[in-house]
Amino acid sequence: MVKSVHDMGGDPAGPIQRAEHARTLFDQRVDAMLRLLAHPQKGHFTVDAMRRCIESLDPQAYHDLSYYERWLRAVRLLAIERGLVGQTELEQRMATLAAARRAGA
Amino acid sequence: MTVHDHGDHVHHDHDHDGDAHPHAPVDDLDHYQPESLLMEQALRELLVEKGVFTAGDLQRQIDLTESRTPALGAAIIARAWLDDAFRAALLADAKLALGRAFDLDLANTPELTVLENTAQLHHVVCCTLCSCYPRNILGIPPAWYKSREYRSRVVIEPRAVLSEFGTELPAQREIRVVDSTADMRYLVIPLRPEGTDGWDEQRLAGLVTRDSMIGVSQALAP
Repeated sequence: MVKSVHDMGGDPAGPIQRAEHARTLFDQRVDAMLRLLAHPQKGHFTVDAMRRCIESLDPQAYHDLSYYERWLRAVRLLAIERGLVGQTELEQRMATLAAARRAGA
Repeated sequence: MTVHDHGDHVHHDHDHDGDAHPHAPVDDLDHYQPESLLMEQALRELLVEKGVFTAGDLQRQIDLTESRTPALGAAIIARAWLDDAFRAALLADAKLALGRAFDLDLANTPELTVLENTAQLHHVVCCTLCSCYPRNILGIPPAWYKSREYRSRVVIEPRAVLSEFGTELPAQREIRVVDSTADMRYLVIPLRPEGTDGWDEQRLAGLVTRDSMIGVSQALAP
């Protein structure tokens, strides 16, 4: 059986890097979105569902993305799966925001 | 990778929302893929517009998360050192004991198991699959806890890992590594340091570090 990318217990690895870094507003917002959506009383999805999404990222994406970027991909997928947002409207909003940024907003 | 090297980046304030905030983080968006920044903003805006949550809900959740620090864990450990009945209750049913003694509402949080270190047995907590951690007690996990290096190595060579944290345990002391899950979190009661007889709870709590409650180090010596 081939191990999935997230299942790294026992793999060889180098020294532990102990430097801390401040969480960015991006990190805080992604974290908060997950907490709000996964809160048991809201019940939009569970932490297990979130893990399923993160664990099914392709290995290259898993390694290239930062921790909260992986979370964001999972929250996006679950929000679409649960019908909270539409995939098309999300893509359209991203395109609108990208155009605004290019225009120097 | 989850550990970022900030290098010589100049830290600009990229937050254009203008919300001055006591927990305002240092923003350094150079780490992120441009698509991630667009995705976060688009998703957040749409969820707010659709009434799934409000901007206020989001800010309150951020504040709540940032307000949780290892100080709570340290107070719990100090109480456990002093109060045998509380320690027994904590080891038997941690969420119940904490709900009673610390007025914590842990109803919507994962199961919590408290593990007591002894002269014969030392516990170390990890999450090989992800980053599960008793956030309600200790706050946000340190970056190294989420790193590939810690997750990979601590389960096969805990003594070498502890050594990197400056922790050397007697060879005859058993080290037990526990792997957290989405549904089960762990908190370690470190050994109470010698030379602390007669100390009160607050003074003892000052010896309890975050890392000692994860098990990669011991409580501070007085």
